[in-house]
Amino acid sequence: MAAGSSIDALGQFELHPVLGALGESLRFSQSPMMMIVAAIVVLAFLYVGMRPAAVVPGRLQSAAEMCYDFIHNMAVDTIGPEGRAFFPFVFTLFFFILAGNYLGLLPFSFAFTSHIAVTLALALMVFCLSIIVSLKVQGAKFLAHFMPAGAPKALAPLLIPIEILSFLSRPVSLSIRLFANMVAGHVMFDMFAAFTIMLAGLGFFGDIIAVGPVVINIALMALELLVGALQAYVFAILTCIYLREAVAH
Amino acid sequence: MARAVMYDNIRRAGTVLASSALALPLMAMVAPGARAEGMPQLDFGNPYVIGQVVWGAGIFLVLYLLLSRSALPKVEKVLSLRRQTIETDLGIAHKAKTRADEAVADLHEARRKALADAQANVDKVVEEARLAAARQTEEMNARLATEIQDAETRIAQARGQALASVREISTTTAETLIHQLSGIAAPADFVTAKVGSAAAARGL
Repeated sequence: MAAGSSIDALGQFELHPVLGALGESLRFSQSPMMMIVAAIVVLAFLYVGMRPAAVVPGRLQSAAEMCYDFIHNMAVDTIGPEGRAFFPFVFTLFFFILAGNYLGLLPFSFAFTSHIAVTLALALMVFCLSIIVSLKVQGAKFLAHFMPAGAPKALAPLLIPIEILSFLSRPVSLSIRLFANMVAGHVMFDMFAAFTIMLAGLGFFGDIIAVGPVVINIALMALELLVGALQAYVFAILTCIYLREAVAH
Repeated sequence: MARAVMYDNIRRAGTVLASSALALPLMAMVAPGARAEGMPQLDFGNPYVIGQVVWGAGIFLVLYLLLSRSALPKVEKVLSLRRQTIETDLGIAHKAKTRADEAVADLHEARRKALADAQANVDKVVEEARLAAARQTEEMNARLATEIQDAETRIAQARGQALASVREISTTTAETLIHQLSGIAAPADFVTAKVGSAAAARGL
């Protein structure tokens, strides 16, 4: 926010306890509160949408069914028939992130996906799950993936570390991608909003010029709606890709 | 001058109000006194940063359990019910179409058969009519032939009778002519013999 002539665009990401002393003792900040709101929104969307359970669906039921089909097809098409088992996980992941991204765009709200700790935790969960599934399905053969098939054995000392590094970078890239996109969007919102306030303090011409950042923020909102959905999709599809490699024999 | 000052004050007041209106939602996003030093997300010394991960894990787990055990099976149930209903309805529609096709085929067959029967009946009636007409014609011809034969018989009888009277009439006529012309009464036997020879010469 604008403070004097400076802009503090990162203050919006600070965590503060909610629910007073109870929140303080439980380390309950606005981030987990928005996670609960996101979970409630996702569950309400499905429960309310599917309440008619009609063979010929209404608009909300259609939307719920389309979301179900979208993630189901993504999981099964990418992972294969085994994808059915991971479908609830991918669905939860996608809609948890999507709801978090979109709720963060509302006034008085907070985007919990703008915290690296959250995105890294989600990425590590996916990473660990893919390793567990790999070991369960492939056993020790899982380690053979670190030596590309057909590559000369002489190159093994070079290729294996590269492959291991590439494998270990997955949770890093997965988490930073989402985190960076969310942070960038919200910082830009804050910057342009601060510009508006600062310009408005410059007098008559400032008032006129101050409209510019408002218009840019409106355009940014459209962009952030796209980015929010896209990042949730990227996270989910990469999860599916990692799981496909894990279940592949 | 006074108007210019008043205008300036109004403009400033408007600017402050407009700025406040625009800034309100953005300012509300930040808790009072929030002034970050660097990125708050990387302040891992802050217990709330790690706290949100613990809370997030619990919330994600609960969300996953509720979705996988309750919400998603509900959607799947509705979708499978719809698939089942559509398949059942399609099956019924296919059966109805098959029955309709069979009924159309039966109808065409019945129509063809009716046409053939009608044609056969028409042919039969025409043949019967033809035979009846032929029979009637034959009967009529036979009757006419009998009548003609009867008539010819009667004519022959009448001719025979007429021819039988010719000699007598000729004899009488000859005797009368001779008597009238010569005044002599010719002997009856003579005249009869002459008339008889003349008639025989002419085939009477």
